[in-house]
Amino acid sequence: MTIMIDVRGVEKSFTLHNQGGASFSVLEGVQLQVVAGECVVLHGQSGAGKSTLLKALYANYAVSSGSIVLRDGNQVVDITTALPRRILALRERTVGYVSQFLRVIPRIPTLQVVMQPLLDLGEDEAVCEAKARDLLSRLNVPERLWSLSPSTFSGGEQQRVNIARGFIVDYPILLLDEPTASLDAANRQVVVQLINEAKVRGAAVVGIFHDEDVREAVADRLVDIRAL
Amino acid sequence: MSQADGYNFAYLDEQTKRMIRRAILKAVAIPGYQVPFGGREMPLPHGWGTGGMQVTASVIGTDDRLKVIDQGADDTTNAISIRRFFARTAGVETTEKTADATLIQTRHRIPERPLKNGQILIYQVPVPEPLRFIEPRDSETRKMHALREYGAMQVKLYEDVARFGHIATSYDYPVMVNGRYMMCPSPIPKFDNPKMDRMPALQLFGAGFEKRIYAVPPYTEVKSLDFDDHPFEVQQWEGSCEICGSDHSFLDEVITDDAGSKMFVCSDTDYCRERLAEQSAATTEEVAL
Amino acid sequence: MSNTAQTPWQDIEPLLSVQQLSKFYAPGKGCGDVSFDLYPGEVLGIVGESGSGKSTLLNSLSARLAPDAGKVIYRSEQFGELDLYAGEESLRRQLMRSEWGIVHQHAADGLRMNVSAGANIGERLMAIGERHYGDIRARAEQWLQAVEIDSNRIDDKPAQFSGGMQQRLQIARNLVTHPRLIFMDEPTGGLDVSVQARLLDLLRTLVAQLGLSVIIVTHDLAVARLLAHRLMVMRRGEVVESGLTDQVLDDPQHPYTQLLVSSILQN
Repeated sequence: MTIMIDVRGVEKSFTLHNQGGASFSVLEGVQLQVVAGECVVLHGQSGAGKSTLLKALYANYAVSSGSIVLRDGNQVVDITTALPRRILALRERTVGYVSQFLRVIPRIPTLQVVMQPLLDLGEDEAVCEAKARDLLSRLNVPERLWSLSPSTFSGGEQQRVNIARGFIVDYPILLLDEPTASLDAANRQVVVQLINEAKVRGAAVVGIFHDEDVREAVADRLVDIRAL
Repeated sequence: MSQADGYNFAYLDEQTKRMIRRAILKAVAIPGYQVPFGGREMPLPHGWGTGGMQVTASVIGTDDRLKVIDQGADDTTNAISIRRFFARTAGVETTEKTADATLIQTRHRIPERPLKNGQILIYQVPVPEPLRFIEPRDSETRKMHALREYGAMQVKLYEDVARFGHIATSYDYPVMVNGRYMMCPSPIPKFDNPKMDRMPALQLFGAGFEKRIYAVPPYTEVKSLDFDDHPFEVQQWEGSCEICGSDHSFLDEVITDDAGSKMFVCSDTDYCRERLAEQSAATTEEVAL
Repeated sequence: MSNTAQTPWQDIEPLLSVQQLSKFYAPGKGCGDVSFDLYPGEVLGIVGESGSGKSTLLNSLSARLAPDAGKVIYRSEQFGELDLYAGEESLRRQLMRSEWGIVHQHAADGLRMNVSAGANIGERLMAIGERHYGDIRARAEQWLQAVEIDSNRIDDKPAQFSGGMQQRLQIARNLVTHPRLIFMDEPTGGLDVSVQARLLDLLRTLVAQLGLSVIIVTHDLAVARLLAHRLMVMRRGEVVESGLTDQVLDDPQHPYTQLLVSSILQN
């Protein structure tokens, strides 16, 4: 089995220089291996550092020590030391990240927002559009909204647009930060299907889910993150 | 006419003339390049040809014959004043005949009769910097000349075509000299531009206000700027000169009465007179026969 | 998983290599000991408050201000590897009108305000020897459309344009010769928020489509987040932190960066 994510001895602490230099540790000695086709759900209390770990896996947060090695085709990359452009290339093809929040650029229509990551890989526009349409339909985003910018959509609609955008590329590694929060049951089910399809094609998935039903439906194993 | 007492020959002192000659030599050596010089005050205001006069004063000799024209005419106030000035301060001969002149100081025209090698044409220049229109800083225009950055100059022509459908600049039409320096030909009509190209006579340019001298040596290439799809063209008139009948010279429109009547006549008065004289000579000959 | 990628990723050479660049007007005024590589297609943001040396650095990088010490190496398409300040000024100016573009904060610094929009775009073409009016005008029209200016404004002067349009015209004027490297100094400064968004969106699209490398100076972290791949944070002439844009903004390490992020960024 191919190890896609290999986390060793990761520590992460925050120092708030402008608040009296207060320093606190969030992660200590984290070890985690995720193989292709596996879904690992991070488990633990609020504030335990689940989200911090997920962000570190995306190189959005810098770790204090330890290594995070991701597989990129036939190469492996330690993202704690890699150059920014190497990480950006990883994010383009290899690592997808779906949060609860959509960062939208004003003016760009929904369909375009969803297609963009696949377009950026040089995929044919017709193929991208077909896939975007399919995802938006599955996630029950009304077709009349597709030509509008999502900046004015409701929270739930924005979240579904964000999920469609996150799943448009078949990333070998998927990081999901509570993508189902505030979705109704029907849409949660669609997300579960999407995750399971990703697993079938061999994606390594790491996620944080609050809904027990989603967790049950997708998790191969739970990893406890304990508050320090 | 003999030289007036109390003045040095041709008004300027010898040191000044030597300084100006050095500038002229440099200008001739670098065709089209503007050479700064220590301009002197002349006994008439800037804008009346003080730059041209200082050049004339520096190159004129006792055996020269001077012709001065203003817009092609020998008999305008400015031309007469300058001619008389040199007649008095240098005691040289003057003439209105292009063919007889060794030095011709001009404002805004090149004579119609082709100039010969050995003659010197001296232009009065109000604004010597062709790039001034696009770039107000002198330090920058000098750099642009040095580095031959002349794309901006084409902008002026672009604006013409965009606005009028053709290159409407009709005088002081920018030229490239010897394939190197962009030059203002002074406000001559673009009709005269082709005459500058490979002209056998030496052409000197004096800008009194901005204190610059530049030159085009004999037989030097002078090319008017243009676009591939809007090539350089000179003005043309439907009629011909109503005095001499010339159909190939630059014509002035002259209002003849208060009722708005007008006629077109040669702007080069000497050329017009010469043609008339030839025609009447021919007629006399016919009669004699 | 032992062969961790320590060797540089792929064999692409940097477009611009900056080595210990310093330029000081007075102690603390300017920029000191700046080194970085910029790779093709990369967008580097330089952020920091006013007076932090951002603009001095940008001027030195873009061959407009000779540094006191250090080197800027540029790999040119036409001339090969160049040590910018070791070479002739004519070379630097030639780069500036062909392979490079500069977008100024004030449109008046980057545009010729007294000539038409078409001529502003066409000038760079004419500067590299284009002499066909019809072609020049057609290209100017294309670029006006590319920056979302109605092509029937081609004969209007920039003074008749709004601030946002002037900035877009400046961008068109720069891009017409297909430069590889663009320097931008606060391109959205002084524009309304709605106008800013439109300009940013346009910039982002053009940068991605044309594969441009960009160095953008801004004090606006939202602009930096949207456009830049990575950031350098400057304070009192020194680079205090650099890295991936979202990492620097979401997990700032240096006290100054933390202050900057907490004072400005709301999301």
